[in-house]
Amino acid sequence: MSLSFRFGLSRRHLLASAAATVFAPAIVRAQGAALKVGVLLPRSGAQAGIGQDCFRGVEVTNPILKDLGLGELQFLNADTETNVEVARSRAEKLIADGAQLLMGAFDSGQSSAIAQVAEQKGIPYVINIAAAPDITEQGYKFVFRNFPTAGMILGDAFANQKEIFAEAGSAPKSVVFMHVNDTFGTAMQKGIGAVMPKFNMPYEIKETIAYDPTARDLSVEIAKAKATGAEALLVVSRLNDAILLTREMVKQRWTPMGVLSMGPGWYEDQYLKTLGKLGDGPLSFVPWYDPNKKLSKALEAAVAKKYPEINLNTNHIYTFEALLIAADAYKRAGSADPKALADAIRATDIKDNVSTGPGISFNAKGQNDKLKNAGIQNRGGKLVTVAPKGATNAKAEFPMTPYDKRG
Amino acid sequence: MSADIYLNVAVSGLLTGLVYGLMALGLSVIFGVVRVVNFAHGEMMTIAMYLAIVLFQSFGLDPLVMMVPIAGVLFCFGYAMQAGLINPFINRPEHSQFILLVALAIILVNVLLMIFGPDARSVQTSYSYDSFAFGRLIVDATKLYAGGAAIVVAAALFAFFKFADIGKAIRACADNYTGALVVGLNVKHLYALTFGLGAACVGAAGSMLTLIIDVTPPLGPQYTLLAFVIVITGGLGSMPGALLGGVLIGMTEALAGLLFTPSAKSMFAFAILVLVLLFRPQGILGKRAS
Repeated sequence: MSLSFRFGLSRRHLLASAAATVFAPAIVRAQGAALKVGVLLPRSGAQAGIGQDCFRGVEVTNPILKDLGLGELQFLNADTETNVEVARSRAEKLIADGAQLLMGAFDSGQSSAIAQVAEQKGIPYVINIAAAPDITEQGYKFVFRNFPTAGMILGDAFANQKEIFAEAGSAPKSVVFMHVNDTFGTAMQKGIGAVMPKFNMPYEIKETIAYDPTARDLSVEIAKAKATGAEALLVVSRLNDAILLTREMVKQRWTPMGVLSMGPGWYEDQYLKTLGKLGDGPLSFVPWYDPNKKLSKALEAAVAKKYPEINLNTNHIYTFEALLIAADAYKRAGSADPKALADAIRATDIKDNVSTGPGISFNAKGQNDKLKNAGIQNRGGKLVTVAPKGATNAKAEFPMTPYDKRG
Repeated sequence: MSADIYLNVAVSGLLTGLVYGLMALGLSVIFGVVRVVNFAHGEMMTIAMYLAIVLFQSFGLDPLVMMVPIAGVLFCFGYAMQAGLINPFINRPEHSQFILLVALAIILVNVLLMIFGPDARSVQTSYSYDSFAFGRLIVDATKLYAGGAAIVVAAALFAFFKFADIGKAIRACADNYTGALVVGLNVKHLYALTFGLGAACVGAAGSMLTLIIDVTPPLGPQYTLLAFVIVITGGLGSMPGALLGGVLIGMTEALAGLLFTPSAKSMFAFAILVLVLLFRPQGILGKRAS
């Protein structure tokens, strides 16, 4: 009895001591050390402007996380150079360098490549911005996306457009659809074909024009669009091409009733600053933020403090939220173990967030399917929210003022 | 589509093609005389573009007006490059010359990235958004000015090689290297002068292109490739061939974008190159090697 008792006790003690010896430092380390987040963004190349804008979201994150009682994150930065293959190799390098979670990469093509690496290596990956639906349809266990898919963006975009047309008492009967010919652009193009018929839109698409994402001159594209005689321009673009398209519309003396953008570019600060008065008028139907949420105000204030000339936008919002998800999961997991982190991310339920919609949570595929999108308009170098009803702070100006009548 | 659009697009392609032609002219001049292929050609053009942007942003100097001083700066750069760096490689195997110039191109791109960063930059002149209407033909003012300036610069270069003594001496070097040495021409100096002139051409073209496109450091390799497509199409070493090639590629890209899909317009420029290589390997105006 005593022997058995003594042995039993000793064995338990021995096991417990051994477990404590082996695991306790790891737990202490996990709780004490900052989570190493590999940040992958296109900070050079064709998407450099937007990649750097996303990085502004990274730079304002840690102080807010601290205020929320979450641990600060340690960032390992990598430039994807707006190149899918570079994105893949940088993801591999970040993991080799010790990244415990990956975040990025703004672009669907680059994000798809990173997702493959993350899944292969078993490292959690939180996508900040990428809309191609396929990414979360692969059965990945380590990939999470807090950004609407192309179908979600389009569905809300068409609904918001109808609301704006009804309020303005004016609607285009035809549009020409121009899209950048990359993963995101083609995903949106396919999505429009599938989603638009469900919304009984007042316009028909006269022609679809795809253009090279690295194009330096879009004069032919605009000449072709103008020649269709369409009343409005429906567009899925990036930043540089949005500027080029506007310049060409002005030069070729074509002002459509409206520019209806369903992607980035037209609301970016660089677009507004480069074009001045000529930048006013486009309507963008995009993932946005709820200005009434407490955390929105905190993020808005943080961006305004660090970058007084910059308006809070999608790039900052979704980059910040991706990092918020990482910090929140790390706190709940209590460990940087990849599986524990992935499980914690899957169980995310953040109500106090920034983006429009009920909050952040993920379905079985790793997609936040509860996000909502807004309609915003460039007005006097600022952005106003014009749809959906109940979340607006201005009425849309539609049709937009012709370019040659802006003084 | 109405006939107007074809005319508008063709004129736009023609004007852009003229500037392309001027850029490629520099490459053709250098190869025609020095027999070195300048793989840093597009990168030299981006240097000129950044110079134009800095001068515009700092002092409000118009890139069209600054075209001549910038061409002068690039001339000096080209002269020094040939005299100090490339001349020792003149009699070395072609792969050594290739590696040297590719290395230089990579260095230039990275130096520009360090200085200016990756953001696209452009100039906004008072006429940036202007256009001229001739009936139903609408012509982009910046392209018209740039195309006109390209014609003037190319004409001046042709006149220099045709009438100036130094121009004739350079042509003599190109025609008969040994003969030029025998009659006492300073061939190394003339080579450096030629490289300088080629660089000046690309400097002028770069200054004009800032009116048409935004510049980023990685733009260089794209335009090096474009210059090759143009000179091989027009005829490597042929000055009129370079201009013709530029116009042909500019118009092909524009019309292919209109008639087919804009995202595939570069494909047609390369298709022309393949056809030329198949049926007239020396280029449209090039001379067959004897």
